[in-house]
Amino acid sequence: MQPQNISEKILSAHAGYPVYAGELCIVPVDGAMATDTTAPLAIKAFEEMGGERLAAPNIFHLIIDHAAPAPNERIANLHQLMRNFASKQQCALYDIGSGICHQVMVDHHTVKPGDIFMGADSHTPTYGALNAFACGVGSTDLAAVMLTGKIWLKVPQSIQVILHGQHLQPGVSAKDIALEVVKQLTISGATYQSVEYHGELLHHLTLSDRMVLCNMVAEMGAKTGIVSPEGLQLPYLFNPVFADKGAVYTRVLEIDAAALQPKIAIPHSPDDVHDVSTYIGTPITYGFIGTCTNGRLSDLQAAANILRGHTLAPGVRLVIAPASRQVLLDAMQDGTLQTLIASGASVINSGCGPCVGTHDGVPGNGEVVISAANRNFQGRMGNPNSKIYLASPATVAASVLAGCIALPK
Amino acid sequence: MAKAHVYGNNIDTDRIIPGKYTKTLDLSALASHVMEDLDPAFNQRFVKGDIIVAGENFGCGSSREQAPLALKAAGVSLVIARYFARIFFRNAINIGLPVLEIPDHAIQSGDEIQFDLATGIVINATRKEEYKANQLPPVMLAIMQEGGLVPYLKKHKDFILS
Repeated sequence: MQPQNISEKILSAHAGYPVYAGELCIVPVDGAMATDTTAPLAIKAFEEMGGERLAAPNIFHLIIDHAAPAPNERIANLHQLMRNFASKQQCALYDIGSGICHQVMVDHHTVKPGDIFMGADSHTPTYGALNAFACGVGSTDLAAVMLTGKIWLKVPQSIQVILHGQHLQPGVSAKDIALEVVKQLTISGATYQSVEYHGELLHHLTLSDRMVLCNMVAEMGAKTGIVSPEGLQLPYLFNPVFADKGAVYTRVLEIDAAALQPKIAIPHSPDDVHDVSTYIGTPITYGFIGTCTNGRLSDLQAAANILRGHTLAPGVRLVIAPASRQVLLDAMQDGTLQTLIASGASVINSGCGPCVGTHDGVPGNGEVVISAANRNFQGRMGNPNSKIYLASPATVAASVLAGCIALPK
Repeated sequence: MAKAHVYGNNIDTDRIIPGKYTKTLDLSALASHVMEDLDPAFNQRFVKGDIIVAGENFGCGSSREQAPLALKAAGVSLVIARYFARIFFRNAINIGLPVLEIPDHAIQSGDEIQFDLATGIVINATRKEEYKANQLPPVMLAIMQEGGLVPYLKKHKDFILS
């Protein structure tokens, strides 16, 4: 048999025969989910397809996170539609406050190494952190999964990213690595492909770090992102999926992670990435820490370590959205939340918050935001007349203290 | 004949339909905000049946199917791009919005365009040029020919690869 990369191995195991990049296959899906942005259309398409019962209710999850709690009557009614569907179909529903879909799926151990997971959200590749093959799909593709339990896929070609080094510089985190990779591969550089992470640094990365790396493959157009399982620690036994020696990659990108400095993506594209040091002093009025990229406990702790004993610069706001109820509870337990609130931060419900521009902190005209999210497209946070810079939680925290873009100390 | 409206590279789904409008099942509401942040005059200039021509990576970003749905509801009869972002491409075919990938063409805004989806042949009547679109994988072609994934699965009940 020809050597295989991780995507080829997982897809072959599910197809029942060896498949290689470029081939089409139909595979059973181990898990699927949709959110309040995508589930209503998926439910509609499922019913229009003639769907009456979910093919596998136990693998299907609905999450109310994108506009939660509902900011208006229209969205409230869509949430009701989801609750009614879940009740009728006996599938899992994670209601408001549960958290962001991707964090919920990881907190609840819904996705496991070697799984194929389809999510109706573009940041579904986040689960590649767990050594799984996870893709974002639209509502109608998801409806087909609901109906058949399967999906058709083209086996993607893979790009190998090798992270060298044993530790990162002080003030540098997985977000800075992710931004560097997006810069090098560009917003379209991984289109239709899988981004596979390898290298010595993996032994020193946490699950949260791995989630950041896979989360932002969406910003390169990738079909999925997968971290090789070296150093992966989970609270249960699992079968890791490694790439074969001699596996084929379309491109190999080597990054000296130990030498990286803090990075920032400037408006309006996540691949317009520079060293934070180039933009020091740029005035900001609004900081945001949260999202499926950087709303985890370690992110809130990184911010709290910088903000402890200080208050936000005059005229600056900081919004914090813990990625899930579990993150919120953990951040309460260890005092992180106390520190953040004492510094002047506003803590909002666990969910997507202002990242999708629907509610919970839309910026005003001319405002400059520094955000720990993954996208800074024009209008992303609900106002096309604002600007968004993307950086790590530590850089956001340092900047809201200074009132301008600043390096984390 | 359809008139071309030309845009650049990396048009993301936030600019096709901003997130704040996506939470709805009302397609005409989507259509009224399509391309709003990219081209505020879009709805005044665009005539039903016209086509959108974009550069590389059209539809990057969010998985929101509301992006192709908004274009379809606005009366877009075809989107041509040098290539598409993958989720947008699947979504468009799944919901029955015609899309053609043409890596090399010289279409300008205002050009009069004729096209045949079955053959992928596009004729630029203004410039007297002809372009051939990349061929779709068989399963996608079959879904497009059925008018989308809903009618396809209603008919076949399952996926057929070839």
